[in-house]
Amino acid sequence: MQWFDRLVGRFLIALARILTGAYANWLGCRPEPRQRLYFANHSSHLDFLLLWAMLPPSIRYQTRPVAGADYWGASSLRRYLIHRVFRGVLVERARPSAGHNPLAPLQAALDAGDSLIFFPEGTRSLDGEMQAFKGGLYHLARDNPQVEFVPVRMENLNRVMPKGNLLPVPLVCILSFGAPVGLGADEAKPDFLVRARQAVLDMMPKH
Amino acid sequence: MNLTNSLQSIPNQVPEAAREATFHLFLGIGAVLLFASIVGWLLRWKLGRENGVVANLVARTNAWWVMVAVIGIALLGGQTGVVVLFGLVSFFALREFITLTSTRRGDHYALLTCFFVFLPLQYVFVWQHWYGMFSILIPVYAFLLMPFLACLGHETQNFLARATQTQWGLMICVYAISHVPALLALNIAGYEERNLLLVVFLILVVQSSDVLQYVWGKLLGRHKIAPNVSPSKTLEGFLGGVASATGLGAALFWITPFTPLQAAGMALAITLMGFAGGLVMSAIKRDRGVKDWGHMIEGHGGMLDRLDSVCFSAPVFFHLVRYFFTA
Repeated sequence: MQWFDRLVGRFLIALARILTGAYANWLGCRPEPRQRLYFANHSSHLDFLLLWAMLPPSIRYQTRPVAGADYWGASSLRRYLIHRVFRGVLVERARPSAGHNPLAPLQAALDAGDSLIFFPEGTRSLDGEMQAFKGGLYHLARDNPQVEFVPVRMENLNRVMPKGNLLPVPLVCILSFGAPVGLGADEAKPDFLVRARQAVLDMMPKH
Repeated sequence: MNLTNSLQSIPNQVPEAAREATFHLFLGIGAVLLFASIVGWLLRWKLGRENGVVANLVARTNAWWVMVAVIGIALLGGQTGVVVLFGLVSFFALREFITLTSTRRGDHYALLTCFFVFLPLQYVFVWQHWYGMFSILIPVYAFLLMPFLACLGHETQNFLARATQTQWGLMICVYAISHVPALLALNIAGYEERNLLLVVFLILVVQSSDVLQYVWGKLLGRHKIAPNVSPSKTLEGFLGGVASATGLGAALFWITPFTPLQAAGMALAITLMGFAGGLVMSAIKRDRGVKDWGHMIEGHGGMLDRLDSVCFSAPVFFHLVRYFFTA
């Protein structure tokens, strides 16, 4: 039934593209078949779908969105979409404790050679302002030097579907892809997180 | 040779009276585009692919082929085809317009209503030829309802500016553009079943006026008309474009209910309004700090970059025809 899952994926992508007229702006890199982690600002449930839609199909199916287990595990439709259509990696949004590493499923996916779509803010903000990045991005960068960490800035998505609303307003969204951000040899965790966040902020869309 | 007989394969949505003229017009447009394409290829062969102006010319011409094909297909669908086409055009235009406004979270329901209630309703009323309703739906009902819906968002910051921008978007992108298919609702004595040709007349005059202003401006342009608003518009381009597009309109009198002189007058009104539209929409883009409305049409920019002149000329043309040519 893989063809059916792909068909559902195609349909959702088409729907998202009609509603948002999304447009990819490859500023600092090209869509290439390398192992990557795309990290972006987070403002709506449409986010990863649109980022996923902007990748060429051959890369898209090697790229898995990281999503919250609480939201996507809540109903059988959501479970079907996240597991079969998007091949998402689910994470528990609890604080890490002894014996529970929330990054473990992400590391497993990277070890298997997949690329990831990751939102380092954790949750969506109300006003579209970008929040501080959580530590997960640093740990992943430290443990996976072979992976390219590509910053992505998503423009207007918070206006298309503000938090708490289910129906999207059709607006043109621009997704800008920047140059990969690498972890410095002895760069401290807060410095890296600030630099990575700034890389997303700095990209202004080309009009 | 009786061409009408050989065109039986065209679906009967297109009234017979309009078929032969439409076919001839599209042959003519095809010839002009073929000429433009050949010039583009020759220039590219001579000056190289790296030349930006030539590349833009080729991209524009290619986009014209696509746009003419899309309009042709819509005309084959008759009145329903034209209404659906302009409904979609309004959707894409409104999407570009609202993207550049400064609406906030509180406007969410107002904006949803714009896109999914007022836009489809306007085109349903146009399709029904219900003049009394499509002429007031947005200026009266939407105008009063939208700010109320925005109130429900409990945000007062920039309230008047936000409400104004939303209403402007609806007026320009939905109300004004819907006056192109609204031409089909006019009952002109002795011109029954041929209203599709009025749509063709308007689009041909307004778009060729844009192209001719561009061409005259490139050839002779010296004096800028409004350097702060639209640096590419020149007095020479304006005069040459308006004069030649008016001439073209007069030459097209045979597809209209007008005499040659009346057709020239209509074309003059269309081109002047179109020029005003181009300038106003350009001022909005400048204010928002962008060069183009979008990127839908290769070489042209967005949907609104191609339609700015239509927005301003369609309602005026509609009402001129309605006042002088209907009972």
